[in-house]
Amino acid sequence: MDKDNIQVRLMKSSKATREDYFGKTICYVCIGLITVLVGCILYFITSRGIATFTQNHVKLGQFLSGTNWNPGMLDSHGNPEVGALPMIVTSFGVTILAALVATPFAIGMAVFMTEISPKRGTKLLQSVTELLVGIPSVVYGFVGLSVIVPTVRHIFGGTGFGILSGTLVLFVMILPTVTSLSVDSLRAVPVHYRQASLALGATRWQTIRKVVLKTATPGILTAIIFGMARAFGEALAVQMVIGNAVLMPTSLVSPSSTLTSQLTTQIGNTVMGTMQNNALWSLALILLLMSLVFNLVVRVIGNWGKHKYES
Amino acid sequence: MNPKRSNQIATGTIFGLVVIVVLILIGLIGYILFNGVPNISWHFITAEAQAFSAGGGIRDQLFNSLYLLILTLLISFPIALGAGIYLSEYASDNWITNVIRTMIEVLSSLPSVVVGLFGYLLFVIKFGFGFSILAGAIALTFFNLPLLTRQIEESLRTVPNLQREAGMSLGLSSWKTVTGIILPAALPGIITGIILCAGRVFGEAAALIYTAGQSAPVVDYLNFNPLSPTSFLNPMRPAETLAVHIWKLNTEGVTPDAHQISSGASAVLIIVILIFNLGARALGSYTYRKMTATK
Amino acid sequence: MNKKRFFATVAALGVVTIGLAACGNGGGSASSSSSSASAKITAVGSTALQPLVEKAASNYQSQNKGVNISVQGGGSGTGLSQVQEGSVQIGNSDIFASQQSGIKASKLVDHKVAVVGMTPVVNKDVGVKNVSMDQLKQIFTGKITNWKQLGGKNEKITVVNRAKGSGTRATFEAAVLNGETAVKSQEQDSNGTVQKIVSTTPGAISYLAFSYVNDSLQALSIDNVKPTDANVETNDWKIWSYEHMYTKGQPNKATKEFLAYIDAKKQQNGLVKKMGYISIHDMKVSKDANNNVTDNKN
Repeated sequence: MDKDNIQVRLMKSSKATREDYFGKTICYVCIGLITVLVGCILYFITSRGIATFTQNHVKLGQFLSGTNWNPGMLDSHGNPEVGALPMIVTSFGVTILAALVATPFAIGMAVFMTEISPKRGTKLLQSVTELLVGIPSVVYGFVGLSVIVPTVRHIFGGTGFGILSGTLVLFVMILPTVTSLSVDSLRAVPVHYRQASLALGATRWQTIRKVVLKTATPGILTAIIFGMARAFGEALAVQMVIGNAVLMPTSLVSPSSTLTSQLTTQIGNTVMGTMQNNALWSLALILLLMSLVFNLVVRVIGNWGKHKYES
Repeated sequence: MNPKRSNQIATGTIFGLVVIVVLILIGLIGYILFNGVPNISWHFITAEAQAFSAGGGIRDQLFNSLYLLILTLLISFPIALGAGIYLSEYASDNWITNVIRTMIEVLSSLPSVVVGLFGYLLFVIKFGFGFSILAGAIALTFFNLPLLTRQIEESLRTVPNLQREAGMSLGLSSWKTVTGIILPAALPGIITGIILCAGRVFGEAAALIYTAGQSAPVVDYLNFNPLSPTSFLNPMRPAETLAVHIWKLNTEGVTPDAHQISSGASAVLIIVILIFNLGARALGSYTYRKMTATK
Repeated sequence: MNKKRFFATVAALGVVTIGLAACGNGGGSASSSSSSASAKITAVGSTALQPLVEKAASNYQSQNKGVNISVQGGGSGTGLSQVQEGSVQIGNSDIFASQQSGIKASKLVDHKVAVVGMTPVVNKDVGVKNVSMDQLKQIFTGKITNWKQLGGKNEKITVVNRAKGSGTRATFEAAVLNGETAVKSQEQDSNGTVQKIVSTTPGAISYLAFSYVNDSLQALSIDNVKPTDANVETNDWKIWSYEHMYTKGQPNKATKEFLAYIDAKKQQNGLVKKMGYISIHDMKVSKDANNNVTDNKN
């Protein structure tokens, strides 16, 4: 009897194991929930987005390479005018430019906050960047419209609307995201790496450049993608300064239109299930695919970085 | 170049970059506050919005923003916490994890109007929520999840493995280790994540136009029954938030003082975020001290 | 270990499904309970019309306690498609349902609640205050590109159009362009943004609803007719349109009463005018979806 009891007790999972199951289950539920939600939204956009090609019989090549955007109208050959190229180019343009401008600043800020002045600098800069995240994009847009557009017009001529203004607004908008994520990745570099480097007689900059930044490269790249993702998806602010003309951008100061600005201005004026509406969902689909591509590219770079510097 | 010299140049450059950013930030925030603060008064914060005459306030919008923030965090934080723990503690480095990660990151780049329309078609129409705070909170959860999950995962990862090993060697289950040791240690990072998300909730407009709606019906602040349609606590009522209000004033506002209200509201928004951030940080460091042995 | 992981995954998916189902049920029951307690009207659509309907709704609700009216924006297209699907009671629109592709206008009943006049506006520096209808057309089709050609300053014309498919643009193009296609140019979708852009961009031209014209811009006269309410009422000023509130079939009782409330003299002369619209009862002419104008007396 007694022996059995012990056996049973020993065979039974311990309290700790049960706790562990419980915790694990909760985590699985959460991750499952997120996956389902993401799956839903991806399916939704994909199914709407491909309707342009399956129901309205628009050719994919024409969609991606055409420069006339006039859904619902037919061109002289009787084909629907749904060329999304100008918007794709502009979206890419502002996103990449904004990321290029923001990256050095973000890395500078992150290095300053973690390596140079971790105490006071961090406190101040962190609160300020967090404040920036909360400013509504509309406000960014209006500040852009009242300050940046006239300035650009003065310096570069034209109307002031265009990729340049869009870039400048987006750069400020994505700065907090890129900075705070970069800070995290710099902080994740173990202190003993720095100590080892300094002990070898390296200067602070040598340590930062050759040890800290190199180790943190994958993290910084992730920070940049998140920033680019935000720039990609940003609509209201960009829409006010980009000019919203579906034209191939001829220069940085010519009015053009991004995928999101077109989507936001038009979607309320179209009716679900019509060609116009489907074409807009196709733009959303492109947006999705483009960010997927960005993600994969950066993941590859990140892996390369990891293998190169960590092993 | 000699290393000392390059060290100086680099430090100088970094200082330069930081100074430029700080100047931009001060300029931006200064611009908003300078334009907005003169319009803020007690009346402005406590009065109802006006449709076409001057002198409207932002009482309902301000409350709606806060309420929406709380609801959104109630929904998204537990999920993000679980997912973050999964990704940092349990997930093995295989293709499934990679797919999940990629999906989450792709989600964060969707334009908010798409998420808004998705929320509209699914929650507002299909599930019959109607234009409601709840539908808005769920739509905002979509935005918050990627950033929040990522932030939580990162801050859990920064906790040294030594701590996990210590927990294990004390005979704790790994779940206990996570909740009792790792989470408290990661708290400051998690708080930062929450603050960043709160900022996005406060500032989001496009997604809410189609879900939480853009009108603020008259509500009764003394009615504490959350099921009553006139109660301020009812999550099923439509609610215009401050950011949506600013958007509406700027795009279709017909009140003569639309510009003043919108700049005043922007300033209030920044001040509220500031208070929220400071509060969250203070609370965070208090709990951090309580839960860990730090002094 | 593998078995356990499998179990956990199944458990996770199970909980997710239950959770989603519960959400669905919860939502359903909540909405049904509120509709039984009181009449609930939802109006969705045109952002331009929204302030008027919203204000009218809040006035109406303070007099009629049992009614709960929710007014939302989303754009004319959204309004029309949602009322067609029956998910809302009223679809607000700036344009006739028959002008919107994808809408079966025969199923919808039109309630015209107000008239809105629109005027071309220019930046104050261009030095032009009057144009002919033909000149206006040539500006928007890209044939006239400098203000000098109209006797103004030597300055390039920057055309700021409204979003394709928006009611304002449809009205303007029907009245001005005569079926020609507008030049590709900047597009903005809201009155407020257009007002701001035109007032700050040298050489800019666009068009706005009357209520958004202020001192920061110059409204143009067309063929020496000034953009005033009185000129719209007689159709001397050609660029105007109705604000519509569509219902699917005949409205139910609560909706009908609310629509009657807006249409009443008191609201038309009070609220409608205060919001910068023209009362539907003051119109001496009427216009149909094909832009044919008829005199009301005949």
